[in-house]
Formats: sequence, structure tokens, C-alpha cells
Amino acid sequence: MADKLLTIEHLKKSYGDNLILKDFNLTVNRGEVVVIIGPSGCGKSTLLRCINGLEEIQGGEIKLYGEKIDRNKKNIAEIRQKIGMVFQSYELFPHKTVLQNIILAPIKVQKRSKSDVIKEAEYLLEKVGLSDKRDVYPRQLSGGQKQRVAIVRALCMHPEIMLFDEVTAALDPEMVREVLDTILELAKQGRTMIVVTHEMSFARAVSDRVLFLDKGEIIEEDIPERIFDNPKTERARRFFNTFEYDAVKNHTDTLNRKV
Amino acid sequence: MLRRLERSDRLNWSVIEKYLPLYEKATVLTLKIGWLGVLFSVAIGLAVSLIVHYRIPVLRQTAKIYIEIFRNTPLLIQLFFIYFGLPKIGVSFSPEFCGVLGLGLLGGSYMAETFRSGIEAVDKIQYETALSLGMSKAQVMFHIVLPQAITYSTPAFVANIIFLLKETSVFSAISLMDLMFTAKDLIGLYYKTAECLVMLVVFYLLILLPVSVIGSVVERRLSYASFGD
Ligand SMILES: Nc1ncnc2c1ncn2[C@@H]1O[C@H](COP(=O)(O)OP(=O)(O)O)[C@@H](O)[C@H]1O
Ligand SMILES: [Mg+2]
Repeated sequence: MADKLLTIEHLKKSYGDNLILKDFNLTVNRGEVVVIIGPSGCGKSTLLRCINGLEEIQGGEIKLYGEKIDRNKKNIAEIRQKIGMVFQSYELFPHKTVLQNIILAPIKVQKRSKSDVIKEAEYLLEKVGLSDKRDVYPRQLSGGQKQRVAIVRALCMHPEIMLFDEVTAALDPEMVREVLDTILELAKQGRTMIVVTHEMSFARAVSDRVLFLDKGEIIEEDIPERIFDNPKTERARRFFNTFEYDAVKNHTDTLNRKV
Repeated sequence: MLRRLERSDRLNWSVIEKYLPLYEKATVLTLKIGWLGVLFSVAIGLAVSLIVHYRIPVLRQTAKIYIEIFRNTPLLIQLFFIYFGLPKIGVSFSPEFCGVLGLGLLGGSYMAETFRSGIEAVDKIQYETALSLGMSKAQVMFHIVLPQAITYSTPAFVANIIFLLKETSVFSAISLMDLMFTAKDLIGLYYKTAECLVMLVVFYLLILLPVSVIGSVVERRLSYASFGD
């Protein structure tokens, strides 16, 4: 029997009169990696923000292990500890060193012992190849390094589920790989994740299930092999095609630039 | 003839020596009231800026009115009001307390605006990131927002302190024996205008220069800690 970790039922979310998510339903099982793909502005970030209780919702419910996520409830901070979120813009705390960024919440929020947390942080930093950046300020890191620190910071809270919102979108091409490899490694460890991305080959490699979203609705949902190679809907097909074109175009652009 | 003129133009050091203790005493008083006023203004400013930031009803409107009134009236008039006006309704304070109160209220309105704009300069997504790590609102404010806000507002903060310490020069109006009072008094009594004024300037510089120097060091330090370069 699948172990339901996150359930979203009839979620409705609007900004003013602008209805973003109409009647959104999604169940994520423990250990599952769900990739969400869709055109810009279709509500991917909004969905992740709702899951983290960062947005007021207008209807339906979101539950983590049966516990309702409601940003106005007292237990919201406790639930958020179980949900690790990584943003496109890294959002490291600029006034704290790498290590301080990572250990702050485990120590202050979870009241864990400082030496244990430091040990774990050092271990995780080593795994992402950033041991030497332990005492450096975020300003001194590249985008890819910042993003890996942000991932470690979220991991150090021992979340039940990780949410990634286009975490490579702001990176220079040569840094995309190092971050994606880190996420892929997490998937191999069997972590539960929802990943919003535009990196199609990464999506294929990392996901158990892919959702194609448009205008706040799930248009198509399938295992990666089927949805990428043989999309059932015209909209998904067209969307994936534009990506192939972009990939080809970017590639020729780079070639042209090199010449 | 020429030599004589020169000599009379020169400062009379024995006069300066004679007045020195008076100036020292006045400086101590100015420093005491000035810094107590600054401290008071920081407390008020912090409280008011948090009220405005958290949009606490009623208090917030009151805070706005307070800020506008005190930022837009001269300290001299505020002091008159506190020192001469309040006794009329049965509340009277010592001149020292009035000085601290006046300076604190004036400074509080400036500090509140400084802190508020510092808090607002911190990106909203920094709050959200901290919240997503499970921090409470108070933890987010204390660990994430305020440290960054302080960095953003340090230049204005230091400028406020210097401004407030300079404003102490109107304290003489409520018969506080501060530097200005001492200088005016001595000039009135002995006509040693040049000496008295030079000493006044020197002592004010002694009070303010260290603030300015320390302020810019702190600014550099903080911006290193906050932004890593
Ligand atoms: N804070 C907000 N206020 C109003 N509208 C918003 C806000 N955030 C997002 N939106 C709108 O919601 C829609 C979905 O946005 P978003 O979830 O960020 O899309 P995606 O992440 O898929 O690109 C967009 O049309 C966007 O303009
Ligand atoms: Mg987005």
C-alpha cells in the first residue's frame, strides 16, 4: 500500500480576481519524486508556496500526513520544518556564513545540540563538495555553490518532503549540472520531492511521475517515458516541442558565438 | 602698531585655561543628556518602527501622528512645551529630564523612520525563506530581518545620532548648563567672545568627531558581516 505523504484536495487559490489554481488535486507518496512542468505563469510557484503555507488559500485543503496545512494555525511552523523549500534565488541569509546559514534553524527551531548539527552540516557540505566554504559569506560564492548550500540548509532540518522551485533557472549554464547532480543524488536516496523545472532531460532522469500544468490545471500526468516520448495531449506536445526548439536554438547560438 | 594688533587678535590662553573647568563640566552634562536622549530615542524608534511594520491597529495611526508632529517641529519648541507648558497642567520635570525627554521624542521620530526603512529594505522572500525553515515570526525578526535592517540603516542611524547631539545646543533655553549655555554666559559676563566661541567649537568637535569616526568604522564592519565584502 502506498504511503500517502502529501495530499492536496480541491485546492483553490486566487490573487484577487485572478484565479490561479481552480480545483487542484495531487497526492504524493513517500519516496516519490514528482516533477512539475508547465509554461511560465501557470501557477507552479504558487502551488509550492501554498504547500509551504506561505499563501492564503481560498478553498480545498492540503495535508501532510493527514495534518492540515493552514498558515493561520499555530502549528504551521512545526509543519514547515517537515517541508524543505529551495527557491530559485537561493535566498541564503547574507549576514551569516555558510555554516551559520545551515545550523541556524536546526539549533534555534529544533533545539538540537549545536555540536551535532555542526557535525551534520559539515558532513552534508562535504557531500556537495563545499567543505572549504564552511566559513565564507554567501556573497563570496558562485550561484551554483549558493544553491547547493541552500539545499544543504533545507536538508539539515530533516524534512519529510523537499520542494524545488526552478532552482537552476537563475544559474549560468556551467553551474546547472552541479546542482542537478545534487538533486539527483537525493532522489537516489529515496527522498520525497516535488521538483519544478524546465530541464527536460533532468526531469526524465529524476522523476517517478511528471505533471504537465497549464493555467493552473493538470493537463497531463504520466511516467516520464510516456509523457515525454508520447504525450497524449496536443498542449503538452506543443510545449515540449518548443523546448526542443529552444535547446537546438541555444545550442546553435553557442556554436555561433564560439565561431 | 602692527605687532600690538597681532597680539590682541591672538587667543588669550590664560582665559581659556581659566574657563576650561566650566567647559568640562558643561561637556559632561551635554554628553550625559545627549546620550541618554539618544538611548531613549533608539528605544522609542525601535518600538514605533515595529508598530508600523506589524500594522498594529490604533497604535499604528498614533505612531504616524507622533512621527509627523515631532519631525516637523523644532526641538526648541518641543522643549518649551515640555518645560513650560506641562507644568500648567500640573506635570513638571527637572530641566535634565526635560532635555532627555525632548531629545528622545524628537530622535524617536527620526529613528523610527530610519529603522522602518531598514526593515522594509529586507526582501520579502528572506522572510519567507526563514519561515519555510520553521522559524516563528519573532525568530525571523530577530535572527534574519533586524540584523540586515540594522546594516541598511546604519548610515542614517549615525547621522541621526550626530544630529541629536548637535541639537543639544538648544538646551540652554530651558536653563540647562550645557556647552552653549556656558559659552553664552561667559561671553555675557566677560566679553571674551573669541575664546569662548573657539572653546565651544572645540568641545562640540570633541563630542561629535568620535561618533563620526566610530560610526564609519562600524558601518564598514557591518556591511562586511552582512554582505561579505
Ligand atoms: N503575489 C502575487 N500577486 C498577484 N498575482 C500573483 C502573485 N504571485 C503570482 N501571481 C500570478 O499568479 C500566476 C502564477 O504565478 P506563478 O505561480 O509564479 O507561475 P509559475 O511559477 O508557474 O511561473 C501568474 O499569472 C502571476 O502573475
Ligand atoms: Mg515560478
